[in-house]
Amino acid sequence: MTSFAGWQMPLRYGSETAEHLAVRRAAGLFDLSHMGEIAVTGPDAGAALDYALTGQLSAMAPGRARYTMICAEDGGVLDDLVVYRQGEQEFLVIANASNTATVFGALTDRAAGYDAAVVDSTQDYALIAVQGPAAAGILAPLARLAPAGLELGAMKYYAGAFGTVAGREAWVARTGYTGEDGFEVYSRPDDAEHVWTALAAEGSGAGLVPAGLAARDTLRLEAGMPLYGNELGPDVTPFEAGLGRVVKFDKPGEFVGREALAARAAAGPSRHLAGLTIGSRRIARHGYPVLADGRTCGTVTSGAPSPTLGVPIAMAYLDRPAASLAGADLSVGIRGEAVPAHLTDLPFYSRRR
Amino acid sequence: MSVPAELHYTPEHEWVSLEGTSASVGITDYAAQQLGDVVYVSLPALGATVAAGEPCGEVESVKSVSDLYSPVDGEVTEVNAELEGDPSLVNAEPYAAGWMFRVRVAQDGNGDAALPADLLSAAEYEELTKSAG
Repeated sequence: MTSFAGWQMPLRYGSETAEHLAVRRAAGLFDLSHMGEIAVTGPDAGAALDYALTGQLSAMAPGRARYTMICAEDGGVLDDLVVYRQGEQEFLVIANASNTATVFGALTDRAAGYDAAVVDSTQDYALIAVQGPAAAGILAPLARLAPAGLELGAMKYYAGAFGTVAGREAWVARTGYTGEDGFEVYSRPDDAEHVWTALAAEGSGAGLVPAGLAARDTLRLEAGMPLYGNELGPDVTPFEAGLGRVVKFDKPGEFVGREALAARAAAGPSRHLAGLTIGSRRIARHGYPVLADGRTCGTVTSGAPSPTLGVPIAMAYLDRPAASLAGADLSVGIRGEAVPAHLTDLPFYSRRR
Repeated sequence: MSVPAELHYTPEHEWVSLEGTSASVGITDYAAQQLGDVVYVSLPALGATVAAGEPCGEVESVKSVSDLYSPVDGEVTEVNAELEGDPSLVNAEPYAAGWMFRVRVAQDGNGDAALPADLLSAAEYEELTKSAG
């Protein structure tokens, strides 16, 4: 167990490598109840989110989900978010645990003047994720979705629906942070243990194992997904992270950060997120320098062994585009030793669809 | 969690097994569990002189990297080369196949190994891990 943003979280249940591989090959069960849930509701909820976030949430149909960001006026990233549209006037914003208060405060400020209510509902939800190629087969027998005729297996990626799981009311979404197919089940906290136990029992014959934060981190890293505090923060815009697509300049109306983000889009990113493989068993960790021909050219943001590739991998911010480093002798300074590194395209891993 | 009664321990979570003046050293089951999956072990060089309480290597896991301390004074006579190919032996068998290095310990006036006075017994070490939570 480890302390994380005020929550006691399982770092691992057994071997994090085994948990990681189980998610790639079968399925893993995650307790993600620390994530922040902020409800934004009312006639102007969509318009308020269009103003507050980089995306155009008003254009999203009910029952869909979107990955988006909330930026400061200067374009710096306050958090990356998943937003579900649960109804015509009901949105649920999922924030990182350590940023929930910041996101709630910013949404509250930015929704002033709109006919929309912003409520921090984090304590009203437990979140259990089932991730991996076997996830749909494990969840389907336990899930009943409210929309008439909607079968779990037919639910689109980045969609969600109300229903029940093991008889308990839940919002069930086909989303996740592992690079695999999978589902996230938002239930009442009092129902979470029942839901967890039912899923664990249903999946026990299909290779499902409980998985902790350590496996979650290596899974998202292989999938090239950014982590707030590593690849994202107030000192970068979405463009540095290669995620400029989340900024919808063509949406109607004003939005917070537009001017700064437009300037950044025009000028190009100040740093460049790149993928590295490491030519050693040593891990290139957050904060270690990246060297080109012996000179510092960047900093590692995340690094871990990749159980799928069998070598250590890392993401790093470089001070120049990766293409301009072709032919350079790259290394990472690992506690005083220059360890060879190689540029590689992100993501490190993509599931076959 | 296993704490074999016949071994000596340090507060840095290493174990020492003494045969004559040859001391085998590894990290404890508790340490291996706390670290998680070990992915890399850097060991002292053969023939190196090590000093009790001084760093002489590194143990790297998925989530962290920690210094490896020598529990005794002496000269390194053997290192576990198996760990280079399979560092997960540290997790699987911390007291057996996961051993790390052997030291020829300096002798006292009676020809016995001169162990540091502050090594812990199994009972003392178990107490320490309990108070650490």
